[in-house]
Amino acid sequence: MKLLNVSGSPHVHSDESTKKIMWRVNLALVPALIVAIAYFGLNALLISIVSVGSCILFQWLIEKFILKTKSTICDGSAVVTGLLLAFNVPATREMILLVIIAALVAIGIGKMSFGGLGKNPFNPALVGRVFMLISFPVQMTTWPKPNFNGEFFSIASTPTTDITTGATPLGLFKEGGLEAVPDIWHYFIGHMGGSLGEVSALAILIGAIYLLCRRIISWHIPVTFIGTAFIFSGILWLCDKTAFLDPVTTILTGGIMLGACFMATDMVTSPMTKAGQLIFGFGCGLLTIIIRNWGNYPEGVSFAILLMNAVTPLLNRWFKPKRFAV
Amino acid sequence: MKTFAMGGVHPEENKISTAAVIEEFPLPKTVAILMNQHLGAPATPCVAKGDKVKVGQLIGKAEAFMCANVHSPFSGTVAKIDTCKDAFGLAKPAIYITVEGDEWEESIDRTPDIKRECSLEPKEIVDKLKEMGVVGLGGATFPTHIKYSIAPDKKAEYLIINAVECEPYLTSDHRVMMEHAEEICIGVSILRKALGVPNAYIGIENNKPEPIAVMKAMAAKFEGIIVEPLKVKYPQGAEKQLINAITGRCVPSGKLPIDVGCVVSNVGTSYAVYEAIQKNKPLIENILTVTGKKLESQHNYHVRFGTTYNEIIAHAMGTLPETTGKVISGGPMMGKAVSNLDGPTTKGASSVLVIDESEATRAEESNCIRCGKCMNACPMGLEPYLFSALVKNRRIEEAGAHNILDCIECGCCFFSCPANKPLLDEIRLGKNLYRGILMAKKK
Repeated sequence: MKLLNVSGSPHVHSDESTKKIMWRVNLALVPALIVAIAYFGLNALLISIVSVGSCILFQWLIEKFILKTKSTICDGSAVVTGLLLAFNVPATREMILLVIIAALVAIGIGKMSFGGLGKNPFNPALVGRVFMLISFPVQMTTWPKPNFNGEFFSIASTPTTDITTGATPLGLFKEGGLEAVPDIWHYFIGHMGGSLGEVSALAILIGAIYLLCRRIISWHIPVTFIGTAFIFSGILWLCDKTAFLDPVTTILTGGIMLGACFMATDMVTSPMTKAGQLIFGFGCGLLTIIIRNWGNYPEGVSFAILLMNAVTPLLNRWFKPKRFAV
Repeated sequence: MKTFAMGGVHPEENKISTAAVIEEFPLPKTVAILMNQHLGAPATPCVAKGDKVKVGQLIGKAEAFMCANVHSPFSGTVAKIDTCKDAFGLAKPAIYITVEGDEWEESIDRTPDIKRECSLEPKEIVDKLKEMGVVGLGGATFPTHIKYSIAPDKKAEYLIINAVECEPYLTSDHRVMMEHAEEICIGVSILRKALGVPNAYIGIENNKPEPIAVMKAMAAKFEGIIVEPLKVKYPQGAEKQLINAITGRCVPSGKLPIDVGCVVSNVGTSYAVYEAIQKNKPLIENILTVTGKKLESQHNYHVRFGTTYNEIIAHAMGTLPETTGKVISGGPMMGKAVSNLDGPTTKGASSVLVIDESEATRAEESNCIRCGKCMNACPMGLEPYLFSALVKNRRIEEAGAHNILDCIECGCCFFSCPANKPLLDEIRLGKNLYRGILMAKKK
């Protein structure tokens, strides 16, 4: 007779899996990817493909030849890292090759050196980005102007290879060159200089709403992150309107939207309880504004999130779930 | 609509046997009646080899405090008194009986008439429950007479009847409510009298509209019975969660329901109480759901304890479907996988669930991604992922300090884990190891 299985309960499982979660995150990144290609053209597409491809390749190589474990590239996490990494670099021609180095650092040091997905204390894509920012400061801060003339979601007619370089609103502001009246709508749809995937708040929010509906992220981190940045920069702006950027421009420019919705919410590197997540989001927002205004870099989202990643184990220890009947 | 405060999941309901009317199960030829079919010490056999026994005759006497009488569900001759492997492969003391005919004890009222009046005093009710070997039929098989012997410093305020049946697949409570609503209400009235509480609340999940309607109509004819429909959420049938859903009270860690003035009994138990008190019928049979997605027909049977799983399978479907992967006694969330189909059913059995091989194996485990789903699903507000890591590294006392013993083993953590980590396996191990440490410390 055929043998029956015997195991401990429960004998059924929900249809959740790590793979599903990761591919849903990838799906949520698609709107921002489309906008990036629409604005920055072929470069954006090539950078994304090279970034994702090299992340997958490095993970496969490391698992096969160094760790000698079963390959986990199908779980989609390397694709998430690759996409986020591409989103965090300027869409210039140099980046198409430089992003390979970033991918090696992100996957090799950021993720696999700790034992792979789930064991990394820091967001791998941000590890890669910060490495690039420090190692290639010029290339990482040479921003192409989005080659797009107003019509949303129509591919630009001008040749995509001839992108003129410009500065990000944050960079301009730091140098005192930002126009007095910000064009909020342009910032919202992403018509400004910046990293590949961070420019359009609208596209990022569409993805974030999808993740919220799928319950892959909760509102706690994005709302406290963006809210803290808004309130803190608002207070500064009210104190001195010439020295500080207004709060609306603050949250729409730079990487706050992308960081708050996709990188600070990374399950692996953010706290598990709601209370911990609120503190985490608050810390990210606060640190971002501090770095932006008083640090050497015009942008502080990556550093802020990495610093808070480092605090996550402590937050998990301090903020426990509410127990039944306590 | 009411439900419990925190955590919980909603597994696929799969209540495919709700329409199957309760059938009588035919008598087997030889049976082994286990002496510990209940929580606590085994009963002591009080018959000898060669004795003739009748249906309902006392064959195992409860001598320890935490114990219940065992009666013969069959008539015949005692073949031997020996150990018998139960359905999970553990050797238990048992009385083997060669079944001859179906001769019942004269004291048992086998007429279909419903006997409504009960003139017994509370103390007499509890004594009779003890005599009849009634135990809780919700799964834990806690001796009912102990539950209803309230310590003098405690006071019962609520009687809660658990008709939640939150486990997927199971329909025996559903059917017993549809077919024996009046007997259940009489049983509940008897239990209410035993406790001296003004009201009894019958909690039924909202996915059972027919039993709710039937029970509501019947309860209206009785004093102090309130049917409480509850929002569908697993594990609502867990004692602490049900008390929380119905009364809003929380049983603190390490305490019993009576500490917050509650007594909870299963709806099947209240039917058994009716039969024991009004019909003098000891607990010798229960309603078992025989179900599975790939089975041609679904059944609910009146099965006498001692009938083996193989006999139930043979009668219900001939042989197990070719693609069977697992047979479970109980529901898929908390039930136990049967490893010995020749093992006899006991008072704790509530179903024979046949799982197809496509659903019988666990998916491969991967790294924890710290998504927190286990924590959010935990109805006790615990941290399953942390227990898993602590137990793996044998940091048992730390797990104890994080209240591992509060775990009710509902399985919500493992159910919801996207990395397929066997969280509950590790927690069970941790609980046992921690209990061992506590015992050693006491000595």
